[in-house]
Amino acid sequence: METESEQGLIQLLSPEGQRVTQGEYASSLNGDDVFKMYRDMVISRRIDSEATALQRQGELALWASLLGQEGAQVGAGWALRPNDFVFPSYREHAVAWCRGIPPSGMLRLFRAVSSGGWDPYEFNYSVPAIVLGSQVLHAVGYAMGIQRDGREDATMVFFGDGASSEGDTLEAFVWAASFNAPVVFFCQNNQFGISTPVTTQSRSPLYLRGPGFGFPGHRVDGNDPLAVYEVTKEALARARAGDGPTLIEAYTYRMGAHTTSDDPSRYRMGADVEKWRLRDPIERMKALLSREYGVTVDRFEEVREEAETVATELRSEILAMQATNPMEMFDHVYAHEHPRIDEGRRDLIELGLGKATS
Amino acid sequence: MTETMTVVRALNEGLRRAMQDNPRLLLMGEDIGTLGGVFRVTDGLQKDFGAQRVIDSPLSESAIIGTSVGLAVAGYRTVCEIQFDGFVFPAFNQIVNQVAKMHKRTDGIYTMGVVIRLPFQGGIGAIEHHSESPEAYFAHTPGLRVVSCSTPHDAYWMIQQAAASDDPVIFCEPKSRYWDKGEVATDAPTHGLYEAVVVRPGSDITMVGHGSYVKVMLKAAETAQAEGRSIEVIDLRSLAPLDLETIEASVKKTGRLVVVQEAPHSASVGAEIVSEIARRCFYELRAPALVVSGYHVPFPISRYEDVYRPSVERILDGVDRVLEYDS
Repeated sequence: METESEQGLIQLLSPEGQRVTQGEYASSLNGDDVFKMYRDMVISRRIDSEATALQRQGELALWASLLGQEGAQVGAGWALRPNDFVFPSYREHAVAWCRGIPPSGMLRLFRAVSSGGWDPYEFNYSVPAIVLGSQVLHAVGYAMGIQRDGREDATMVFFGDGASSEGDTLEAFVWAASFNAPVVFFCQNNQFGISTPVTTQSRSPLYLRGPGFGFPGHRVDGNDPLAVYEVTKEALARARAGDGPTLIEAYTYRMGAHTTSDDPSRYRMGADVEKWRLRDPIERMKALLSREYGVTVDRFEEVREEAETVATELRSEILAMQATNPMEMFDHVYAHEHPRIDEGRRDLIELGLGKATS
Repeated sequence: MTETMTVVRALNEGLRRAMQDNPRLLLMGEDIGTLGGVFRVTDGLQKDFGAQRVIDSPLSESAIIGTSVGLAVAGYRTVCEIQFDGFVFPAFNQIVNQVAKMHKRTDGIYTMGVVIRLPFQGGIGAIEHHSESPEAYFAHTPGLRVVSCSTPHDAYWMIQQAAASDDPVIFCEPKSRYWDKGEVATDAPTHGLYEAVVVRPGSDITMVGHGSYVKVMLKAAETAQAEGRSIEVIDLRSLAPLDLETIEASVKKTGRLVVVQEAPHSASVGAEIVSEIARRCFYELRAPALVVSGYHVPFPISRYEDVYRPSVERILDGVDRVLEYDS
């Protein structure tokens, strides 16, 4: 009998890197694609480990590691088209990488040099959402805009099992169904909302909420990027074709802490982490590439070196990144003039704490 | 051209004109389409502009505002109707964390052209949560602007000005004035959205307030005039930012200030005005500034609302108390 965690699970690649067919999907990616996907995962993980190191060295205020979730994020990132618009949560560094956002941009918020980090319209990728579930409604609103524009694009929003309990998330489900909005709800079930296990959030598998609200729900092995890619691609195609929303539950595991401020040893067993280590998304892709496509050690080594270069460049960019003028805090609070802003600016100048800007 | 109309009709005409001016302006709210809104402010607009632009939403205030954020990212503007003041709180996170901060969080790239219409204040004998004055919560929040209309003319123009603003605007509509009639000059607005207006000149006391209290203040000023006291009445119109220069100029002339509001005093717009005027007019004030407000209780059962809400009598009592400092 299948366990609760295996219920409905779509999989195309086993943890050992063997092709399987669990669910009604087939992989459409060729060997080159699989290799490029592997590369994206390795580089994302390296960006993540560099950011964690930078935080430990006092160079970042905080970091939310994606370790273990590269498969879900790169699979989803690959399924997107450039014109699709993405609303992330705060841990989707690998999706950001797939969208072409420079790693230093991802870290700007955590370096405390900016409230943002990139131009959302340049990458069709919004800014991080910290208040859980808030962005799920934003995505539905954007999707309603797509409908009114008559565009054949989709919106995808990322959230976690924790945010699945937020009213905003569930209201977004209602609205998306009601308006048949072109949106894909991508829920990374990484098993924990900080310390709270998913079993506290939901007594039934999260993907079953989709049908409850009137649209399809799928559960995919989040550590299987091939399956995530196919399921997400299909959901996005549905959205673009005007067939409405889809909920995807990517079943994965947060291998690291919630953030660099967290201590997971207080709430979970090391044995569980070890069990999930055997399901690592990068290792299973590597096994597939070696066995099926004859990818050699040299090419894996090239990817590793490339990732090292990305990390080295990231480090030097971050160390050079400084916020220099507190006057910036008054910029962009309002689009139009505001007397309280003028007053604040004058005050900082009089106190000698800020330099006048243009 | 000048037309006589109610506040409801003026808002309706103003919204109609704003919709005509900007094809990317949408209206969204509960029961605003087929029904025309519970107060009929949007009556007939869905028929004329279609269900894609005048959106009857599911019953979820947080989602009305949250999807407006997404629509703004997609290049649309929205005027949202929150059916009653007390129903705005489920949307509080989306308003103060999202709408208010998105421009800042994107270094100025996202523009939140979101207007949130709130029928506010009491005076219609409603049941609980239908008579709130929540303006201070929003006036306190950087990134938001808060305005209130008091006449059909202002309703007509201010809703259009708010709909054209690149900053989010909380638009407080005094529901007890919805059926008041007045002249609307439809050719051009007479004031900017954030200007306070002296609606009755006077020399002894400055009296400021907003929404339904402008009419009450004018009545109080008239009564006081019969007793030989000249009250200058100012319609605040904008609660955030406050047009403090207009208030300051008046208080420097009169030396006395009475603020009238329905909201409780603590950390309120009235308290803010008193604090600012105490600083700006320290040498001109001949008496401490006073706030005549609702009491520090939840809005009472409607049977008591006329006791709770500042009346002409309570306002005149405030005037007497301020003038006592002369003797």
